[in-house]
Amino acid sequence: MITLTIDGNRITTSPDTTVLTAALAHGIEIPRLCHHPDLSVSGGCRLCLVQVQGRANPAPSCGLLCEENMAVQTSTDLIEKMRRDVMDLFVSDHPMRCAICDKNGACDFQKYAYQYGIAETTHDFEISKPLYQDDNPFFIRDHEMCILCGKCVRVCDEVVGANAIDFAGRSFGARIATPFDLALSESACVFCGSCVQVCPTAALLPASRIGKGREWELQRTRTVCGYCGVGCQIEYATRRGQILYGQGFRDAPANGEYLCVKGRFGWDFAASPERLTHPLVNKELAAALHLPIDENATLNDPVLQTREGKNFVAVTWETALDLAAQRLADTLRETGADSIAGLASARCTNEENYLFQKFMRASIGTNNIDHCARLCHASSVTGLGMAFGSGAMTNPIRDIRHADCVFITGSNTAESHPVISYEVVRAVKNGAHLLIIDPRRVPLVDHATLWLQPTPGTDSYVFLAMAHVILRESWHDAEFIQTRTEGFDAFAEAVKQFTPEIAELQSGVPAEKIEQAARMYALGERKFGASAFCPPNAASEPRGHSSILYAMGITQRTNGTELVLTLANLAMLTGQIGKPSTGINPLRGQSNVQGACDMGALPDVLPGYQKVSNAEARQRVENEWGGAVSPKPGLTVVEMMQAAFDKKIRAMYIMGENPMLSDPDVTHVEHALKALDTLIVQDIFLTETAQYAHLILPAAAWLEKDGTFTNTERRVQLLAPVLAAPGSAKTDWEIVCELGKRLDAQRSDNEKVESSRAPRWRFDGTEQIMLELARVTPIYHGARHPRLRGNGLAWPIPDENHPGTPVLHTEKFSRGLGKFHALMPQLPYEQTDAEYPLILTTGRILYQYHTGGMTRRSEGLAWREPRGFAEINPTDAARIGLRDGGWVIIKSRRGQVRTQARIGERVPPGVVFYSFHWKEGPANVLTHAEKLDPYAKIPEFKVSAVRLENPAAEHDAKKSAKPKRSEPTDEIMAQPAE
Amino acid sequence: MLRHPKKKHRQYLYQGDPLAAPPPPELETILERHRGRDDALITVLEEIQNHYGYLPQRQLQYTARELGLPLSRVYGVATFYNLFHFTAPGRYMVRVCRGTACHVNGSRQIIHALKDKLAINEDESTPDGLFSLQTVACMGACSLAPVLVVNDNTYGRMSPESAVDEMEKLKRENAILDAEVRA
Repeated sequence: MITLTIDGNRITTSPDTTVLTAALAHGIEIPRLCHHPDLSVSGGCRLCLVQVQGRANPAPSCGLLCEENMAVQTSTDLIEKMRRDVMDLFVSDHPMRCAICDKNGACDFQKYAYQYGIAETTHDFEISKPLYQDDNPFFIRDHEMCILCGKCVRVCDEVVGANAIDFAGRSFGARIATPFDLALSESACVFCGSCVQVCPTAALLPASRIGKGREWELQRTRTVCGYCGVGCQIEYATRRGQILYGQGFRDAPANGEYLCVKGRFGWDFAASPERLTHPLVNKELAAALHLPIDENATLNDPVLQTREGKNFVAVTWETALDLAAQRLADTLRETGADSIAGLASARCTNEENYLFQKFMRASIGTNNIDHCARLCHASSVTGLGMAFGSGAMTNPIRDIRHADCVFITGSNTAESHPVISYEVVRAVKNGAHLLIIDPRRVPLVDHATLWLQPTPGTDSYVFLAMAHVILRESWHDAEFIQTRTEGFDAFAEAVKQFTPEIAELQSGVPAEKIEQAARMYALGERKFGASAFCPPNAASEPRGHSSILYAMGITQRTNGTELVLTLANLAMLTGQIGKPSTGINPLRGQSNVQGACDMGALPDVLPGYQKVSNAEARQRVENEWGGAVSPKPGLTVVEMMQAAFDKKIRAMYIMGENPMLSDPDVTHVEHALKALDTLIVQDIFLTETAQYAHLILPAAAWLEKDGTFTNTERRVQLLAPVLAAPGSAKTDWEIVCELGKRLDAQRSDNEKVESSRAPRWRFDGTEQIMLELARVTPIYHGARHPRLRGNGLAWPIPDENHPGTPVLHTEKFSRGLGKFHALMPQLPYEQTDAEYPLILTTGRILYQYHTGGMTRRSEGLAWREPRGFAEINPTDAARIGLRDGGWVIIKSRRGQVRTQARIGERVPPGVVFYSFHWKEGPANVLTHAEKLDPYAKIPEFKVSAVRLENPAAEHDAKKSAKPKRSEPTDEIMAQPAE
Repeated sequence: MLRHPKKKHRQYLYQGDPLAAPPPPELETILERHRGRDDALITVLEEIQNHYGYLPQRQLQYTARELGLPLSRVYGVATFYNLFHFTAPGRYMVRVCRGTACHVNGSRQIIHALKDKLAINEDESTPDGLFSLQTVACMGACSLAPVLVVNDNTYGRMSPESAVDEMEKLKRENAILDAEVRA
C-alpha cells in the first residue's frame, strides 16, 4: 500500500490504482467522459487532467498510477481553463438540442457543459458526422450526438466480445462504424445494448423511449429479469404504466451494468394484446355444465377472437376456481390422489412454487409434482448430489472473470447465458485460457485458445482421457484427493484403459489436443499476465484456478448424470473446487429453475432437497402444513405424460409450462393431454398446451409480481412489480391459495378434514409466504425479504444472521467427502443408420427463449429471428442439393419438420442443429423419450437420428417426372450411409 | 426537430454465409503467408490492394477470419489510411499534390479544374471507370511544383489548363487503345 494526497486529503491505496479511481473512491469528483471503471484506459477526452506537484504538465488521471507521496491537485485555474477549452471543442461538434433530447437530465455531456458554462462554441466548425440510423427496432444511432469517446467500442470488445463496431476514418471523418458502414443488423452486433448503457450522450438511445418522456418524469423500478438463469437485475423506467426502457445498474450483483438483448429489449411481451385477461373454460364443457358465461368478456376479449381462442368462453374467477376445485375433488374421490399430477414452473417465484408443491402434497396428497428442470438440469442435481452432496453452481458468476482457465463444455454460453459469456470474455481479455469442448462451433470459440470438436455423444471418452493424462503426468492434486475425497483408487484404476489414443479413435479429437486440454485445465495455465491466485514466485499454491462451466450439452443425455459425475471427477482430481474461481458450474436455463428445485417442485424431494422418504423431514412439513404427506416419490414429467396416455393420470394442473413444445416427442404429449379428464393450465398466454385445457387461469407475468427468484449461482433475489397485471389476471400465488382454500373446503365437506387446515392458505403477501417456506426449508432458513433487498443472498442461509454462501464446499463437501465415481463411457441411445444417417442436436438461439411464449411476442426479438432454422454442414447440404436459406425437411423416426436451412461450418459433417422455440416446426416432434437417464430421468434432447430431405428437389423431380417419366423420386431421398 | 425512429422495420433477412466457399486462389497465396498473424494486417491489406487495385469487401472478410481479427478492426485500420480504397479505381489514377510547394504554386486551382472537368469529387471515380481523383500530401517532387501524377507518370509545373489538357489526351489515348484491342 502507498499513501498520496489528492486535494490535500491523505489517501492510502494499492500501487496499481489510478489517481482517478482513488479520487472517486474517496468522493473526490473529477470530470471525465471516456472513462469507465470496467473498460481499458483510453485517455482520449482530456477532461480528467490533474496536476501533480513537481511535474511540468497536467496528466490525465485515468491513466496515471498512484505513487508514494504523490501530491495531486484536481482543480487549479490552469486545469479548469484547459477543461473549459476541451468542452468548447466538444460543443463545436455536438448540437446542443438539450430541450428536445431524451438524454436530457441523464447526460454526462450536458452535465459538464453546464459545469463549465458552455452552451455555444467559440469555434466555427461544421458538425461533421450527420448520420442517423434506425435500422433496428432496439436502439438508434445518432452520429451528430457522438463525441467519439469510444466507450461503445471498448465495451463491445472487452466485455461483450462481439466486436461489431470500431473507429473508422480519421480527423473530421472519424466515426464509430460497423464494417463497411453497413447497418448494425448486417454486422456482428448481438443487440445487447451495452453500448447504449455506457454512452455518455444521446448518440445511442433505446428506440422505445424517444419522445415518450424526460428523465425526471419517469418512475424507476428495480427487479430481476425473468428470462434465463443468470438473474440479472434490471432497472425499468416507466411512465403512465408503460415501460419506456430497461437498463442495467452498477450495483447489480450478478450482471453489473450489462444485459443481453432479451433482458434489455424483450419486455414488450407484457403489453401484448394476446395476454390472457379472463379465466377461460372450454366452450363445450361450459355448455355441458351450464356454467354462467361472462358474455361481455367473451365478445370483447381479443384472445377469444383468434382461431385458437374460438374454443373458449370467459367466466368469472368465482366460477373458474369453483370448477377447478370441484373437478380436482371429484378426481380425488374417484381415482385417488395419485391420479392427479402437477407441473410447477421454473419462471414463477420461489413463493409460488413452494405453495404449488404444498398444494399438490398437502391439499391433494400426491408427490406427482415436477417441472421442466427435469428436462434441463435434473442430471446436474442428481450427479452433483452424488459426488458432492448438493447440486448447484459451486461458485458465483463474478468469480469467472478472475479464473486462469475457463473450461466450457456443452454450453452455447454466448447465446443461452449471454451475460455469463461476458464474464468469460473478460477472463480471456485478462489473459485466461479458454478451453471449449463442443461439437458445434459456438460463438465463444472465437475467443478460445483450444477448441475440441468431438462427434456428438463421444465426449465422455475425451473427459476420461483428460483424467488419464492428468494421472499419467502427475498433474493431479494428491493432497486434495487424500484429505477431501473417497473412492479415488477405483476411479484411477478405471481410467487407466482410456488413453487419449482411444478417445481419438472414438471422438475424432486428436490425442495431442486432449493432452493440451488436460494440462491447461489441471494446472490452470494462463495465456498471459499474472494469476490472481498463484503469484509468480509463490511455492505455496503452484496451480492456477480453473473453472468448469457446462449446460445442457452434458445433461440432456441418456448418460447425463454420469457425464456430470465425470466432470466432478476431473474437478476433484485436480483440486479445482472449493476455492474462488474454480468449481463446477451448471448454467441453469430459466429465471427460477434453481429456486423451483430448491422449493421441492420435484417428485422425490420436499423443499430444500429433503427426500420424501425421510420420515423426519416429512414430519416437519406435516406439522407446518397440517396433513399427511405421501412417502412415495411421484412421477417425473416424462413419466406423467406416459401415465396420462395410459389413463392412470386423470387430471393435471400445469402452472406456467408448455410441454406441448418443450417435452420430448410432442406427438405423444398431445395424445396424453387429450386423454386427460381435467387439464387446468395457468399461464400468461394461450400457449400450445393451454389449447388442450378444460380451464385456463390468467396469471401475472414476472414484470407484474413480487417474490423471489433464485438464480443459477444460488442467489435469492427480490422482485418488484414494474407493471400492473392486465385485466383480471392474478399472481400465481394468489390463484394457488384460492384453489387451496376451495379444495380444502370441498374435502372437509366430503371427508371431514379437520378445520385446523383452513389458515394454511391465508397469506397477506409473498413476504409472509417466505416466512413459512424458510421454516421448512433448511437451506433458506435465514431468508427474509428485507434481507434479500439489493444483493440478495446465496443459499445455504442457515440462520437469520448468516451472510449466505457464495462458494460451496470450501472446507468440506456437503456430503462430507467428495466421492469419485468409476464410470464407463456410454454412447447415445439412438444411433444413426442408413435410413437416418445424421445426428440432430437441439438448443437455443440468442433472440428466442424456450417455447417463444414471451420472445415471439416481443416486436424486436421477433424482428431479428422470426422463424426457425437448421444449421447444416456444407457436405451434408451438397449431398441433397440444399440451398443456403432455402427449405429443408428434417425427418426422424417420430415425425418431421420443415424449416430454413442455414449452411455453414458451425456444425461438423453428420450433425444438424435445430432450435426448439418454434410452434410451426417443433423440434420435439423429432426427439425421443424412449430411453431416459436412469438416475435423473432426463430425456436425450441432444442426440436423435435424422435424415434431411430437400423439398425443392422433390418438387422439381415431380415436375420433370410428368412429361418424361424419368428416374424415380426415391433416388433423391436415398442417401449413402455414413 | 425531434426525430422519431421508424415504427416498422424491414424484416431482418438471413443473408447466407458470405464465406462459405474457400478464399479465391490469388487471395489464398497472400493469406497463407500470414495466417493467424494479426500483426501482419497492414502488409496483407497492401498486398490485396496491389493485386486487386482496391480492397474488395469479401477479401477483407476473409482477411479478418484468417488473421484472427474482428472485421470491424480490419475496416477501422483500412479506413484510417488514405492509401487504401474500397471501390475499384479508374484506369487512370490521378493524384494531385497538396504539399506546401505545390500549394503555394496553385495546386488548389488544379484540383478545382479537374473536379469540374471530370465531374467527380476527391476519392471518387468517373462512371465510365476511366479516372479516379485523389489528393496526396507530398510527392517529394517539390522542384517540379505543382505536380500531378497519373498512374506512374509524373507531370511537373502544371496549370489548371494544362492539367485539363492532359485529361483530354489520356481520354484520346484510351480510345485509341480500345480501338486497337477491338481490332
